[in-house]
Amino acid sequence: MAETVDVPGDSGTGSPRPLFAGLSDISISQDIPVEGEITIPMRSQIREFDSSTLNESVQNTIVRDLKAVGKKFMHVLYPRKSNTLLRDWDLWGPLILCVTLALMLQRGSVDSEKDGGPQFAEVFVIVWFGAITITLNSKLLGGNISFFQSLCVLGYCILPLTVAMLVCRLVLFAEPGPINFTVRLFVVIIMFVWSIVASTAFLADSQPPNRKALAVYPVFLFYFVISWMILTFTPQ
Amino acid sequence: MATVDDLQFEEFGDATTSLVATPDATTIRIEDPDETPKHPPAPPRSSRREEDDELLGNDDSDKTELLAGQKKSSPFWTFEYYQTFFDVDTYQVFDRIKGSLLPIPGKNFVRLYIRSNPDLYGPFWICATLVFAIAISGNLSNFLIHLGEKTYHYVPEFRKVSIAATIIYSYAWLVPLALWGFLMWRNSKVMNIVSYSFLEIVCVYGYSLFIYIPTAILWIIPQKAVRWILVTVALGISGSVLAMTFWPAVREDNRRIALATIVTIVLLHMLLSVGCLAYFFDAPEMDHLPAATVVTPNQTVAAAKSS
Repeated sequence: MAETVDVPGDSGTGSPRPLFAGLSDISISQDIPVEGEITIPMRSQIREFDSSTLNESVQNTIVRDLKAVGKKFMHVLYPRKSNTLLRDWDLWGPLILCVTLALMLQRGSVDSEKDGGPQFAEVFVIVWFGAITITLNSKLLGGNISFFQSLCVLGYCILPLTVAMLVCRLVLFAEPGPINFTVRLFVVIIMFVWSIVASTAFLADSQPPNRKALAVYPVFLFYFVISWMILTFTPQ
Repeated sequence: MATVDDLQFEEFGDATTSLVATPDATTIRIEDPDETPKHPPAPPRSSRREEDDELLGNDDSDKTELLAGQKKSSPFWTFEYYQTFFDVDTYQVFDRIKGSLLPIPGKNFVRLYIRSNPDLYGPFWICATLVFAIAISGNLSNFLIHLGEKTYHYVPEFRKVSIAATIIYSYAWLVPLALWGFLMWRNSKVMNIVSYSFLEIVCVYGYSLFIYIPTAILWIIPQKAVRWILVTVALGISGSVLAMTFWPAVREDNRRIALATIVTIVLLHMLLSVGCLAYFFDAPEMDHLPAATVVTPNQTVAAAKSS
């Protein structure tokens, strides 16, 4: 609203002039639309805001989650530059893989004569605390990946090593000997390289360029230790 | 009252020109924040830096403490505080590792490589690698030693990983703590020119353990002579890095105390390496012993029967 202001000392003119007098002369051309509506686009894809997932059947929920997990497995097996693992992270896949690996790696009975391989809890602790340590390390080095995204990627990239464990278990049913060992060694090495390539494809971009090697080395150590545990597994 | 001309900005020009115009006026001169009023404004920046470097070289404690305090300004409960300990690039870590492998007499590891930027990345991951290297190599060497025996059932001794981790990490953190406490105590009695912060000592110890990683891998070779040569070489290199680092810190002190400190440092280092060798790696001659013990009881029994 234009206010009239008394301009003291204004000689000559007796009437007060409005402050923004010149603005009323500005015309708006009619073909620029200045009216409209503000609408919020429908966001039905986001589950948190859509309360109807509470009412769906359990089977739907489980199938949807399994599909998400399966899709991420495919992304790990064929690592491409895609953001699916990072954007929609979940920890179901890592949990399933870790439990499977720990179940297969644990030594048979507690009362073996010497201490043998790791127990279930030891494998579990190594995987999860190793992943947490690597995540903290990459965040401390200045990476811009979130905590759970990094855990998700590291957990999912254990998939090739779990496959290697399954193969080793099957191979161990055969006659033990050097050929047996060579086959297992070969399989574990290939899967180890696959895991590293898959996780580096996702994680390396989040680091500043002069620290990439510093962030990737702990990942290498982590998967090396898991591969070693798989390779040296001997059934009781 | 206010004409249009009055609304134009007036150019005040430089302080010097206005001082020339009105010598009595007070002017405020805003200088660059890192130029102190004590320094004359004339000398160029490069000579000031050299001056600072000389000061850093001669008077380590004051300047480094000051700089260290300036860097870590976040409170200790924030994440950014810990990020300052990981502020290293790849080439810096490689340089520090190289410095720990090639001790040059007269060059101080801390002054040359760390330079008031101690990091925790190197010590932590070198210790982690060393833990797994020792455990895996120990396992592998035992497997190779007992390879031909029928009675030997290979077990991946997982318990040794936890034991190795406890030993290595407590060595890498408790010994620097003790050494730092000792140096602080001596500093209160004898004024030393060179003093190290706790993190710098942890850093030196962490990087000096790097030589043991290839040593542990080479310990797989089941020859006693090879293993002892490796121990000597590794101890020589890392011991000399430690000795050359800490000698300037104790040199001002009583001669005997200084020598005793250095000897203790090297002795603890030797204890670590020999202890790891003895515990994790079976002696190569052990596979001959069971055959001997089987033979001799029979001989003694036969001798007792015949007598």
